[in-house]
Amino acid sequence: MWLEILGTIFSLNTFEAAIRLAVPIALAAMGGTFSERAGIINIGLEGMLLTGAFAAVLGSYFTGSAWLGVAFAVLASAMSAALFGYFTIELKANHVVAGVGLNILALGLTTWLMQVFWGSRGTSPAVTGVGRLHIPFIAELPIIGRLLGRQSPFVYIMFILIIGGWVLLFKTPLGLRIRMTGEHPEAADSLGIKIRFIKHFSVILGGAFCGFGGAYLSLGNLNWFSMNMSAGRGYMALAANIFGQWNPLGGLGASFLFSFSDAVQMRLQGLDIALPHNIIQMIPFVLTIVILAGAVVKARPPAALGNHYSPGK
Amino acid sequence: MPAVELKNISKRFGSTVACDQIDFTVELGEIHCLLGENGAGKSTLMKILFGLYSADAGSVVLRGTELSLRGPSDAIAHGLGMVHQHFMLVDRMTVTENIIAGQETTRHGLLHRSGARDDILALSRRYALHVSPDSLIEDISVGEQQRVEILKALYRRAEILILDEPTAVLTPQETAELFSIIRKLKQDGKTIILITHKLRETMAISDRVSILRDGRCVGTLETAKTSPEELARMMVGREVLLRVEKTPMQRGESVLEIKDLEVDSPGGGLHKVSLELHAGEILGIAGVEGNGQLELEEALLGLREIRSGSVVLRGKDITGAPTKLRRMAGLAHIPSDRLRRGLVERFGAGWNLILGSQWQWPFARRGVLQPKTIEENARTLIRDFDIRGASGAVDAGDMSGGNQQKLVLARELSREPEVILACQPTRGVDVGAIEYIHNRLVKKRDQGKAVLLISAELDEVRALSDRILVMYEGQIIAERPENCDESELGLLMAGHTVERAEGAAQAVTTDTGQKGAIDA
Repeated sequence: MWLEILGTIFSLNTFEAAIRLAVPIALAAMGGTFSERAGIINIGLEGMLLTGAFAAVLGSYFTGSAWLGVAFAVLASAMSAALFGYFTIELKANHVVAGVGLNILALGLTTWLMQVFWGSRGTSPAVTGVGRLHIPFIAELPIIGRLLGRQSPFVYIMFILIIGGWVLLFKTPLGLRIRMTGEHPEAADSLGIKIRFIKHFSVILGGAFCGFGGAYLSLGNLNWFSMNMSAGRGYMALAANIFGQWNPLGGLGASFLFSFSDAVQMRLQGLDIALPHNIIQMIPFVLTIVILAGAVVKARPPAALGNHYSPGK
Repeated sequence: MPAVELKNISKRFGSTVACDQIDFTVELGEIHCLLGENGAGKSTLMKILFGLYSADAGSVVLRGTELSLRGPSDAIAHGLGMVHQHFMLVDRMTVTENIIAGQETTRHGLLHRSGARDDILALSRRYALHVSPDSLIEDISVGEQQRVEILKALYRRAEILILDEPTAVLTPQETAELFSIIRKLKQDGKTIILITHKLRETMAISDRVSILRDGRCVGTLETAKTSPEELARMMVGREVLLRVEKTPMQRGESVLEIKDLEVDSPGGGLHKVSLELHAGEILGIAGVEGNGQLELEEALLGLREIRSGSVVLRGKDITGAPTKLRRMAGLAHIPSDRLRRGLVERFGAGWNLILGSQWQWPFARRGVLQPKTIEENARTLIRDFDIRGASGAVDAGDMSGGNQQKLVLARELSREPEVILACQPTRGVDVGAIEYIHNRLVKKRDQGKAVLLISAELDEVRALSDRILVMYEGQIIAERPENCDESELGLLMAGHTVERAEGAAQAVTTDTGQKGAIDA
């Protein structure tokens, strides 16, 4: 029995599922990374993901094209991030309060618009999804093929975006300016770096990443939208961002850890184990709490995270 | 043509006037000191010049061209560079990253670090500004951080360099080194503006000096034709005694004995610290900040755990005693950070003056505060200690640094303590208040009380102390009598061994070598 359980846990299927499940979390985590590296605490990731998931289905529903739906999602999430940025940067609202506000707004608005467009409170009609890629060469490789050969295109997009995000943040002038803004805005200002531009840019870019993640939630697999579809993944993403030390690659690793435990949980439910399934379903959340409690001790956030910057004018 | 002309500059913050129609001219290639007390408007004026603040009125003229600076990037583009008092450096980034940010060189759109590194090293060699480009800021010394700041400005091709209180954090030797760098920059044709409140440094380094008082420029003088006394008078607006008048010490019995104190701290802690403080003496602890002074302060007060060793206050072992008990046993405390440990910024004078005694008769009776007594107490102390702007409902946070410090002093000294732990007692305080605080401490000593003075201001330690201990990396490495040699103390503070310091002191004449006068 134990061998069977272990075999299930560490099977290729579990890993394949874990990669799949990591996509929205990792993308939103990088969204959080950009925002927080510029000094804005981003608890609104959840709302941005949800907005993206909804806008993707809406776009696909009206245009018939899944990829136009994705574009819709990116745009809508970026816009919700811009709104969040306006409140936190221009109006100097408390970041956490504004983020929670955005989450509530996104939940209410998507639920209401679902009613408006489709007359339904629970789920949207099915729309065109993006489907799966079959990459002939990779699919034939022994292990890699099982893991990556027949994944959603989003999986590849995620890897490209995250590597690109890492390069942007750590290898380009813009990235240096973003990091400096989150660490020491006064210093950045005294060097002539445009603080407000950097902050808006980072928050909006972060929103766009959430848009991709949200689009994957709705158009990657299921091809419909349901109420509160993000289901806490935005919060998990924020945790992954912290655990990953505000680094897109670290965030990806942390997201994979979360999604792996989620995949294990799903696989274990398929087995006949003498444990209530509620207990098994708790695994990823318990893991999140344990990891966070441990990681937060060591985590060192950007020094000016959560502060408002006002030049003395 | 002058390098900088500020004409008729005014700036208010709310109801306070920081700059009041100031005219200020700096010639090309000179070292010009901007002298004034805290709050005189020096930093504000320079922030206006650097585009960090915009003036309410007046104009900025650089090399003959009138400019309206919209921000620091404008100022930088016009050849200005500023080294702020609180360094504008990111701890977790490297020296190179801090220098190039905002002015990055790229290759294929990516940061070109190695190229920037070479540029920095070339500059660093040219002006003897030694730095290691790949170190993190948090791993390098304060002196090196300051050199990074100067390099930051030079990297942006600054021709006019503003240095805001650059020596506040340096040892005498580092100061001497900085001054030789400044002279090198001058030789190279740069114009230097030095913001300071230290008379001696002004005399030592500047070609000309402008004095600000209460937001006004009260004069510009040629340094060679003035004296510290004249500068002090212009700065404060009245005659100031630059020396502390002290009678010979009447040493009494030992009142505080510290033995083999060991304290752990991420900053390094304390190792085998032993000292004995007697009634009627001021024992000074000299040292560069961050060498265990804060740990000693906190350990004596019961705010930090003592690993081993003992502290005996007037015959009573208080090693593990709670803070309240220590204070009841006759310990008073002037904290090194008054805003963090000395005051509640949102309380007025009345409540601040009873902090720590709020539970005691007569301020509380049967657990209820007595507003009338508290008010009466405040009135008396405000009068006795000449605390200005503390009347009525004014919050402590809105008072000037000097008056805040007097508030703390009034509370602590009025408790009739036997042992006074005075930590950085005149930090961020104007000359007038410094004079006052010094005299109060000396008076307590003359009354037979004991004062343990912990100060990073070497001049203060030298002026007040009857005996001096030098602290370095959590240890007491030397004891010196009053009137000891300054450059030797400086070397000891920098961690030189006793023998080497004694030898070197005879060879070294520091840049700041004028003795006697206390710094303002």
